[in-house]
Order: sequence, then C-alpha cells, then structure tokens
Amino acid sequence: MADVVKKATRDSYGAALVELGAKNPNLVVLDADLAAATKTGGFKKAYPDRFFDCGIAEGNMISLAAGLTAAGKLVFASSFAMFAAGRAFEQVRNAVGYTHLPVKIGATHAGLSVGEDGATHQCCEDIGLMRTIPGMTIINPADDVEARKAVFAAAEFDGPVYMRFGRLAVPTLFDESYDFQIGKGVQLAEGNDVTIVATGLMVGEAIKARELLANDGISARLINIHTIKPIDKDIIIKAAQETGAIVTTEEHNIIGGLGSAVCEVLSEACPTPVIRNGVEDTFGKSAPALEVLEYFGLTAQKIVAQAKQAIAMKK
Amino acid sequence: MDDAKKTQLAVTATRVRMGILEGVYNAKSGHPGGSLSIADYLTYLYFEEMNIDPKNPKWADRDRFVLSKGHCAPALYSVLAHRGYFPVEHLSTLRKLSSNLQGHPDMKGTPGVDMSSGSLGQGISAAVGMALAGKLDKKDFRVYTVLGDGEIQEGQVWEACMFAAAKKLDNLVGYVDNNNLQIDGTVEEVNSPYPIPEKFAAFGWHVIEIDGHDFDQIEKALAEAKTVKGKPTMIVAKSIKGKGVSYMENNVSWHGSAPKQEQYEIGMKELGDALAALEVQVNG
Repeated sequence: MADVVKKATRDSYGAALVELGAKNPNLVVLDADLAAATKTGGFKKAYPDRFFDCGIAEGNMISLAAGLTAAGKLVFASSFAMFAAGRAFEQVRNAVGYTHLPVKIGATHAGLSVGEDGATHQCCEDIGLMRTIPGMTIINPADDVEARKAVFAAAEFDGPVYMRFGRLAVPTLFDESYDFQIGKGVQLAEGNDVTIVATGLMVGEAIKARELLANDGISARLINIHTIKPIDKDIIIKAAQETGAIVTTEEHNIIGGLGSAVCEVLSEACPTPVIRNGVEDTFGKSAPALEVLEYFGLTAQKIVAQAKQAIAMKK
Repeated sequence: MDDAKKTQLAVTATRVRMGILEGVYNAKSGHPGGSLSIADYLTYLYFEEMNIDPKNPKWADRDRFVLSKGHCAPALYSVLAHRGYFPVEHLSTLRKLSSNLQGHPDMKGTPGVDMSSGSLGQGISAAVGMALAGKLDKKDFRVYTVLGDGEIQEGQVWEACMFAAAKKLDNLVGYVDNNNLQIDGTVEEVNSPYPIPEKFAAFGWHVIEIDGHDFDQIEKALAEAKTVKGKPTMIVAKSIKGKGVSYMENNVSWHGSAPKQEQYEIGMKELGDALAALEVQVNG
C-alpha cells in the first residue's frame, strides 16, 4: 500500500476554491483567522481582492456571508467545524437557514482526527446541529476527489450547504470519473449479508472492514453517504431490504449524525437492525489522529465486530 | 428643510405610527415601544433618503435596509406599506397564521424586506456584508441599518463594527435608537452601553449625534454621512420609546406588549388628532 496517495480533504477544499475562483469572478471567500489551516490561504494568495479575513469573529462572518449572498455574491465561509457549526450555530440557523440564502460553509477540522488539539477542537456534533436546520444540505466527503467535486457541486447548488472537511491526510479512494451528485448515495460494493453505510474518512475504514468480513465468509454491501442531508433514502431502504442488517460508521457522535439519520429512515420505512459505529456520546482526547480514532473505536476491526452484531440481530 | 416638507414627513410618520398600533393591537402582541421610537427615522429613510422602487423590490441597484433590531418589525411593515410595497390594510394581519407579516422580518415572505432579522446583533453583520458586496461590485447603492441601544450589548455588533471600519465601508450608515429602555429596565440598569458615541468612534466609525424625532437633524446627518469617505457612519439618536402615544412614552412596559381595546382607541385618537392638526397645516 506504499503507493496509496493521501490527502486531507481540507487541502482538496482549498485547491477547489482556487480552481473555482478562476472560473467564477463572483466568488468570495471568507475566513476567521484560520486561512493557513482551513487551506483558504491558496485562494487568498490567488485572489486577494475577493478574500476577506473576518478575524476571530465567526458569528459576524456567517451573518456577513448572508448579507454578501443576499446582495448577489457567491460566498464560501470557512472556519473549523467547532466554530462554524458550534460557535456560529445561531447565525447559521437564522441568517443562512431561515433565509435559505445559498451561503456555502466550508468547515474543516471536523471530528476526532483533529488529533493533538484535543476535545475543545474535535467537533463531533456539527452534523447533528446542521441536520436540525430546515433546508440545510450537509456534505461530508470521503477523499480528495469527492471533496473537490463536492465544492464544485455546492457552488452550483441553489441553497445553503454545510461542507465538512478533515485535517488528517486520508487515502484517495476515487478517480476523476467518480460521479458525484448531491443527495445521491453511492454503492461502492455489492453484498448480501449486511450493509456498511459509511461517510467521510470512515469510508476508507469501511472498505478495509468489508475485506476483513469477506475473509470470515461474510458478504458486506458498502454504501458511501456523502450527503447526510437530504439523505438518499432509496439506497438505504434497498440495502435494508436486501441485506437485513446495517452498520453505520462516521467520525461524529452516534447521536445526531449518519447513524441517527439512517435509523430515522429505516424505523419508518423498513425496520431493520442498525448498529452505529462512531463516537459514543463522549468528548475526544489529545493524541495523534490515528491513535485517537483507534482509542474511540473508529476502526475497521470495530466495524467488523459491529457488523457481526447486526447480523446476529436478524430475525 | 422647508416647513411644508417637514409637515408632510410628520403626516407620513403619524400614519406610520397608526399602522404600528393597528398591527400590534390586532396581533395582540408585538413591540410597539421601540417601533414608535424609530418611526420618524424610518419614514425619512424610505420617503426621502433611499433609492428604491416599491414596484421592483428586488432591483439589484437599490439601496438596502436591514432592521437589526428586528422586533420593531411593525414599524418597518408600516413604512413599507405606506411607501407602496403592499396594501396598508395588510398591517392588521401582523403575526397571523395566514399573513406574510411575521413577528420578525422575513425577507422570503414580505416585499421590501431586504434581510430577515430578529436575533439581535446579526442584522448589522448582514448589512456589512451587503455594503462589502456593493464595494466589490463597484455599485453605488448604500446600506442602512437600525440597531437598538440594548442590542449593542451583543458582542456581534462590535465584531461587525470592527470589520466595517477595517474595510472602510463608507457606503454603510448605522443608527442606534437610543431610547434608553430595554426589556428588563433602563439600559444602564441592565448593562450600561454608555458612552455610546465614544464606543463607535473608538471602533473607527464616523459618529453623528442627533435627536431621532427631528427631521432637520435626520436629514443633515444622512447628508453628512454621504460626505464621509473611508469609514462607515453611525448616527446615535436620542429618542423616546413609545413616541406619539402618550401612555407608552418612556414606559418600559410597552417594550413588548399590545394595547387593549380601550388603550388602542386612546392611542389611535391621539395619533388621529395629531394627524388632523398636521393636515390642517398642509392644506392651509
């Protein structure tokens, strides 16, 4: 696996913005003193007249993004997930959600994989927060290709979008022919015994988990849900009907995120055992990212165990 | 300003006040006090100052207005109705399920509302964003926003002010309605924002102090704001909460409560009498 290309989705976000800036002179990028970390710095360098650093004032940045958008600009506003969704929740809710202005929020450093900075910056609640805002679209890309395609799709999308990117370099899973459509889940592999529904950096772990399950004679279907809202109900219901057991995996609290969303779909349409892999309603810890992910059970091995648990629950 | 113009503005502002009372009375809820205190300024803005077209409320080059103290929506709605954005009769539907006049301004539903607002501190940030868009697109439109004196306790107001001054947004004019009262009491009792002008000046704004019920001073301040280059302007206006309805004036209990029928009738009579007296002046 030495030839695996790894890239953090925050880098993909930054690169996509630069590319988008060349095509669209109406694009404005905002940041809150984190341009070096969110990777909007590339856009800042390329288009200094269309980049505005709002300083450490995320609430103002989000409402200001709404004002810019109301006056016709295409705006990507960036900060860490903790501050974009957490600190500025009410600004997102009222100035972006309620108005349904097509503001794009690029939230980086989401989840545990922030690593050493620890719990104050490891936001595992953002999907839950954003999911409760009516009309909000939430995209959680798995790799470089998906992240860049998500940015381009969001730019064209007529509505508010919350995009979630990571700090940790993750393997590139898809090639440029990958078909990305907002709201459309992607079946990455066939399977009959159980379905792994994964999002974000856990898609990589889910691919490994599927191989481990195969070694044990278990055929696991694999679905990538990049758009957590609106969620692709059809692909989930079909998987539940055909495999009868689901395990979800996400770098987020198991309350409020992908696991919850899948349970909501299935409890109403096709009651099915669902085991949720993710952060089990706890705060993170400081350590290198991979150690933290392992400590909290966001690993292929844990997904395997949970998949077997889900299969055992089948009637 | 000549007397005829001043009288005409007073006539319009009085009608606007009657519309405020009409709305809040019929809704049996709402914020009459702070609505009445900004009626004169909003009347001047919409009838004299702003470059707008009520028949084309989404006109890209229009001046923008954001009511940062969004709870005073009854004043905005009344001004918009009297300016021709929608029928004055709609004012009595305020806060009703079938109405497009929400308790706080909703840009999606109400013609002429440039930004939804109501969560204090956010409106000014949105106004700053609009002013920045104007600069980026090299447009001449100006952006106006109105804040409450209690609202400026919100930290976001100062985040927005810092940014607006740093970006030299001289196409932005703020207005603090300093009626000295907020829900829990006087602004000093609650958490004093004083001295207000000095604070905005320290944040890099051009500050003008006026009487918010004096059309001459409003006109001069807005004209002065147009001459200021390289910084936004904040008009800090002393005003009377509940202005125009005797029992509401300077009485904090009218911040967020509606008049009963008898009180409504007294208020409408006072305003009606004031209107009649002004119309005598107009008609000579």
